[in-house]
Amino acid sequence: MNQTAHSQPEYNLGVVRQLTVMTIVWGIVGMLVGVIIAAQLAWPALNLDLPWTSFGRLRPLHTNAVIFAFGGCALMATSFYVVQRTCRVPLAFPALASFVFWGWQLVIVLAAISLPLGYTSTKEYAELEWPIDILIAVVWIVYAIVFFTTIARRTTSHIYVANWFFGAFIITVAVLHIVNSMAVPVSMTKSYSAYAGAMDAMIQWWYGHNAVGFFLTAGFLGMMYYFIPIQAGRPVYSYRLSIVHFWGLIAIYIWAGPHHLHYTALPDWTQSLGMVFSLILLAPSWGGMINGIMTLSGAWEKLRTDPILKFLIVALSFYGMSTFEGPMMAIKTVNALSHYTDWTVGHVHSGALGWVAMITIGCLYILVPRIFDKPRMYSIKLINVHFWMCSIGTILYIASMWISGVMQGLMWRAVNSDGTLTYSFIESIAASHPYYIVRLIGGGLFFLGMFLLAYNVWKTVRTPNDQFPPTESATA
Amino acid sequence: MSSFWNWYIIIIVLGLIFGSAILLYFTHNMGTGDIKEGESMGHSFDGIEELNNPLPKWWNLMFWISIIYGLGYLALYPGLGSYQGILGWSSTGQWQTEMDKAENTYGPIYEKMAATPIEELVNNDEALSMGQRLFSNNCAVCHGSNARGAQGYPNLTDNDWLYGSNPAQIKQSIMMGRSGMMPALGAALGEEGTKQVASYVRSLNGYSVDVEAASQGEQKFKMFCVACHGMEAKGNQLLGAPNLTDGIWLYGGSQKMVEQTINQGRSGKMPSHKDLLGEEKVHILATYIYNFAKTAE
Repeated sequence: MNQTAHSQPEYNLGVVRQLTVMTIVWGIVGMLVGVIIAAQLAWPALNLDLPWTSFGRLRPLHTNAVIFAFGGCALMATSFYVVQRTCRVPLAFPALASFVFWGWQLVIVLAAISLPLGYTSTKEYAELEWPIDILIAVVWIVYAIVFFTTIARRTTSHIYVANWFFGAFIITVAVLHIVNSMAVPVSMTKSYSAYAGAMDAMIQWWYGHNAVGFFLTAGFLGMMYYFIPIQAGRPVYSYRLSIVHFWGLIAIYIWAGPHHLHYTALPDWTQSLGMVFSLILLAPSWGGMINGIMTLSGAWEKLRTDPILKFLIVALSFYGMSTFEGPMMAIKTVNALSHYTDWTVGHVHSGALGWVAMITIGCLYILVPRIFDKPRMYSIKLINVHFWMCSIGTILYIASMWISGVMQGLMWRAVNSDGTLTYSFIESIAASHPYYIVRLIGGGLFFLGMFLLAYNVWKTVRTPNDQFPPTESATA
Repeated sequence: MSSFWNWYIIIIVLGLIFGSAILLYFTHNMGTGDIKEGESMGHSFDGIEELNNPLPKWWNLMFWISIIYGLGYLALYPGLGSYQGILGWSSTGQWQTEMDKAENTYGPIYEKMAATPIEELVNNDEALSMGQRLFSNNCAVCHGSNARGAQGYPNLTDNDWLYGSNPAQIKQSIMMGRSGMMPALGAALGEEGTKQVASYVRSLNGYSVDVEAASQGEQKFKMFCVACHGMEAKGNQLLGAPNLTDGIWLYGGSQKMVEQTINQGRSGKMPSHKDLLGEEKVHILATYIYNFAKTAE
């Protein structure tokens, strides 16, 4: 696996190591908060009647921690690693790269303090108040400078496909964040959105949907395009497919946001466009899945012995499933049933747990030995146990939310022969209770798996290279 | 929508869709020079090569179908700027159609019941169960699913009525809403005076209180409170002023809570349902509530 060292540049792995370790730390923190709020939904007394621990404040803490702290650190770590290796140059501006790491950690800490205290802009996935928003913008622009300067200095003739996706992710997230966060400050801790009414809602979901599209899809596809060929030891299946699905994805994704606002005050034409582009998005989304899975063709037998590959392939399968489910839910008649129910929550988590977290965990198991100069992960067996905890946890989570969501949708629309609603709202909440417990178990299982990752990484880093225990899958 | 924005939208949307189609067509038929299908493109990145495999046929087909479906949808429905679509569909039109259909289906049921006086309708079990369903979906949020109320929201099953319990009064409360207004008297009474009046009011309900304070309070009650609550503190339904002698407390009967009510005042708000539900449904709801009043008597 190790490249011959003769002409290898001196890569900057320090910042990659820092970001990798914090990915695991924030993953544990963010998922812990997720487990807590899942328990609160099943047993509301766990809000403890304290403002700081109430669902309304912890929920944005959970989403910010898992998306921007866990996912953000993972994307920064892998993009900094991949861009150096595939461009064959060290990372540009080491001091700025270090600033990206520390600046991003400061943003996360400020979020972890300000959200439980109740400071919020009220915009979903963009709750942080304006001074933190400015800090995010500065860190992000510096991140872009480091990344793109590294690409400009490359010694390879072409730009590798993984870097297309990382690049699109970095540019678009900057645009989304800056436009959506435009606000009029009234004090250091309070601001009002620069937009009003239906326009504010539309800009919010243009941002919100593309946070999914560019942060959680394009960025992680970049990760996938490097680590799957590396781990499988196979060439990427189709260069042409990667061209058409890349350009298709970034051109079309940006239009799909209005499907979050079906049957609202948003003008009809906007809703139609949101639905149409969501449907056209299916093929470009699946292009990435096909390219990843077909890269494995000819190496299928490795799936039996290599749990890391299992992580990557199952992540791609969940990716394919949620990118099919998304366009279906964007169809207005389906949306009339699914909107505002737990189905949406299940859909998000089949992407968040199944795709984002599982591809990240798989990549971390490849990345950690490489950046800490170790022969492999300490325990392959534990990776396998972790794989099953993640898979079962994700399935319990999404299956319970599907059932609960469809049930809620049907209960809310049921009418009696006199036109009155058959069920009051509270009856649909009571009916959801058992599924909330199953969801808690699924999420809890996924959360506990993170400790196996942390332990395995700890042992890998601390064990001297000549003292690794023998294992039959040591080829990984 | 101005014609600029109209064309802006149309050009960008069609440009994107046709752009995707052109990209798909050319990438599918892209000549790759000397490189045969299934061979490496010849670049290597950190050991990773890329093969020149064609786009999967089924995937290519799926992409084309979604593009054609999208164009078809945009021809039939609004989407391209101010173009309304061949079907002439609009969300307000769909809403109106569904409301008309509901009116035709359910209207006659309500019409018949609305023509029956509440005193008579209260004996109709079907009306009562319809009332119960309307109550669960419109009233239970504040008054509770069993209509027993909560702090600040009256219990509708007891024998204590702020605005009266006859059918006309109940219907009026639901139709037009009610605004209960207890003024804040803390500034006028002072801290000591507030405590004394609270003690007096509680003594009327049989609580053991500081007798000296209560008798001081009685004097002040006669100055400040009798205008609404009456000499005997039994309230006044015309003003919605509660009876203070029946042991039923809208905001709590502890010394602390009564003091708080006197000190800060209270503002109770029952929203009007005339426009939300319409008179026919309110008639059935009033019947359901009147049944509680009758039972409690």
